[in-house]
Amino acid sequence: MTDPILSINNLTVDLPKAADRAHAVENLSLQVMPKEIVCIVGESGSGKSITAFTTMGLLPQALKPSQGEIRFDGHDLLKLSKRAHSNLRGRRMAMIFQEPMSALNPCYTVGDQIEEMFQQHTDLGASERKARTIKLLEEVHLPDPPRVYGSYPHQLSGGQRQRIVIAMALALDPALLIADEPTTALDLSTQQQILHLFKELREKHDAGIMFVTHDFDVVAEIADRVVVMQHGKIVEQGTAEEVLNRPQHPYTRLLIDAVPRRTRDVPEPITSREVLKVSNLNKTYHMAGGMFRPARTIHACKDVNFTVHQGETLGIVGESGSGKSTLVKCLIRLEDPESGVVSVEGKDIALMSRHALHPYRKHIQIVFQDPYGSLNPRRTIGDQLVEGPVNFGENRAKAMERARELMKIVRLDPEVLNRYPNQFSGGQRQRICIARALMVEPKILIADEAVSALDVSVQKEVLKLLNEIRDRMGLTVLFITHDLRVAAQVCDTLIVMQQGDVVERGTVEEVFGAPSHPYTKMLLDAQPGKHWNVPDVSTLPPAVA
Amino acid sequence: MAVFILKRLGLALLVALTVSFISFSLLFMAGDPAVAIAGENASSEDIAVVNERYGFDRPMIVQYGDWLGSAVTGDLGNSWYFDMPVTELIADRLTVTMKLGLFAITLALAVAIPLGVAAAANPNSMIDRFALFLSVVGQAIPSFWFGLILIVIFSIKMRLLPASGNETWQHFVLPTVVLGYYATPAIMRLTRAGMMEVLSSDYIRTARAKGLRTRKVMFKHALRNAIIPVVSLAAVQMGFMLGGSIVVETVFALHGAGYLAWESIARNDLPTMQALILIFSTFYILFTFLADVLNAWLDPRLRVG
Repeated sequence: MTDPILSINNLTVDLPKAADRAHAVENLSLQVMPKEIVCIVGESGSGKSITAFTTMGLLPQALKPSQGEIRFDGHDLLKLSKRAHSNLRGRRMAMIFQEPMSALNPCYTVGDQIEEMFQQHTDLGASERKARTIKLLEEVHLPDPPRVYGSYPHQLSGGQRQRIVIAMALALDPALLIADEPTTALDLSTQQQILHLFKELREKHDAGIMFVTHDFDVVAEIADRVVVMQHGKIVEQGTAEEVLNRPQHPYTRLLIDAVPRRTRDVPEPITSREVLKVSNLNKTYHMAGGMFRPARTIHACKDVNFTVHQGETLGIVGESGSGKSTLVKCLIRLEDPESGVVSVEGKDIALMSRHALHPYRKHIQIVFQDPYGSLNPRRTIGDQLVEGPVNFGENRAKAMERARELMKIVRLDPEVLNRYPNQFSGGQRQRICIARALMVEPKILIADEAVSALDVSVQKEVLKLLNEIRDRMGLTVLFITHDLRVAAQVCDTLIVMQQGDVVERGTVEEVFGAPSHPYTKMLLDAQPGKHWNVPDVSTLPPAVA
Repeated sequence: MAVFILKRLGLALLVALTVSFISFSLLFMAGDPAVAIAGENASSEDIAVVNERYGFDRPMIVQYGDWLGSAVTGDLGNSWYFDMPVTELIADRLTVTMKLGLFAITLALAVAIPLGVAAAANPNSMIDRFALFLSVVGQAIPSFWFGLILIVIFSIKMRLLPASGNETWQHFVLPTVVLGYYATPAIMRLTRAGMMEVLSSDYIRTARAKGLRTRKVMFKHALRNAIIPVVSLAAVQMGFMLGGSIVVETVFALHGAGYLAWESIARNDLPTMQALILIFSTFYILFTFLADVLNAWLDPRLRVG
């Protein structure tokens, strides 16, 4: 049996005194073997990233490891001097981060930034450095490596930048690779390629990989072993097969149970009246050309047609750049469509003047993706909730009464209306945003990636809440998402968009069961964890806490 | 990059042309220039004579073309008060002001940037507190008072440095300190804020994860990004120092362009005022242009599409 590359024993990391718990990580032990992908899974605040950062020696100053040891390369990393630790970084251990968009310095070419690894840790000459860098770019399958070598980060896409970060991490063939949610910010098809790259790395290199994620489908796709964390402690660890199919701890079961299923109960067909009818909607963006640059035209929505009935949830699925956000902006008239009809209960609002539009605005309300950015931090929840109805001429006291009612519906205490947004968690804020949207009694509710930023268990609750509210108030819901699993769970019908076109439409069963367009097939194929049949935790033997 | 520079240069020229037109029309906005020359109590015959001699009776646009034509060749007319060519008058004074401005901005940058970086690298440390103290005091003390205090200490009590005049380099020491200190707080606070923001960014974390030395992380990766807004601010400060150092020039009796501007305003010397406005604004435009070019060199997002 080979020795582990990394062995963490009884690690405890203290949080500053004012925090809500004493330790960020408590009494944690885990090992990573060569050629092994160990996934650390947990929700936000579970301590999984802190574990990764402690190993790398990149902890923020406020956090201090107080106990335990991290054995790597014959050293205890916690006892190593800063200088010695930084000598290991990059050379023997490397890290890949979550945000490829901001992980590279905008001022230097990517070639230069990869070469820095060789400059710092080797004596290679300039031409050798460049040759090795180009070879790395080839290894991570970037097109035209010499051109990419001289490119600046802003000239590359998110997926390409993540490949650069991976190439950088691989430069000196480290023994340990730590990846902190490396695919979370990427599109589905890009995620598939990056995950594939990780599997390839496991074959070609001897490195052990510590892969931090919150997504059980990604775990199912690549993990050899799984470590589940909650509140800074490991609650369960084992081989991927064991943990995924026979989870023991109640928390693991909760997480797996929250994984959106690929199938669901077949709903009754919807026969109610049409609430929203969109026909031949077009929107193009014109980028003005410069003296030396030709003007560009981007057709963000091309002849989009669809109809939604009362009580129906229509899913609009697509990757970034598919035009789904533009479509939403046209529907709520934050953007003006060029041509077409947006008929809300028979009234066409697509080309209405701003003034004429005003009374119709309340018919369509929206919940945005980022629950942290969409509430004003300096005003109370109550103030923000009553603002809508008051704007439409309602009496403030009456609006406040409705706000209290709605808070109960979204399962929050009405007493909290006088608090500020920073006193709520992400999931609670998203409930507040839903309540805010419902304040003006809309007919149509648009959820624009409304659960993407939430932890899986919270996601599940918010989705349930949305369905409940839809049925109770007879709402029509447009559910915009890039996540096929979520779409499958909550939608009745779907449209799939690609580059401004609707390429596929139908009921969830039709679209997922028998996709006709290559793009839909590609998206379904890119879904991680396809081979994993999510177990029904209720049929498992009693949990062991 | 060449395209970027050409574009900016074209833009700068357009701005300069606009400014020249506005500064020329000042002549007419300030009342009838003929009356100004002939004096309050002049007879209408006197005014007619002045009008003819200076050509004020021609259409304004013709006069502007005339003036611009000679301005380009370096002839900015005659000063009404000093009765000598404005170009000669200004050339002399401008040398003094430019020396002072260059010394002062160099001092300000040399103090503000290292201190700002050090403060950002060690927030709430002694050096950060010291930097904060220095900038609060710098913003609170009026230049003329600070100048007088320095004169009292270094010229009168210690007899180390001259208090007035512009003959030797020693004459520039105290004015440079006063004017440089005036520009220091803003540059320092901006450097500190920029560095703080950049140091918490993801790409600095990446740089550290690569095992780079702290010095390289600070200066290669962080400072280059943090300095970009500072460049623009320094350009504006520099422009201000050339035109707005009137107070400092007066306190130290440095006969520079700022002092001349004040004199010509007091004496209603319109050609001199026009010329000064044109020159000061040309400098502003020049510095802004240089700052743009420097920023484009620093930040590829500005030059590579």
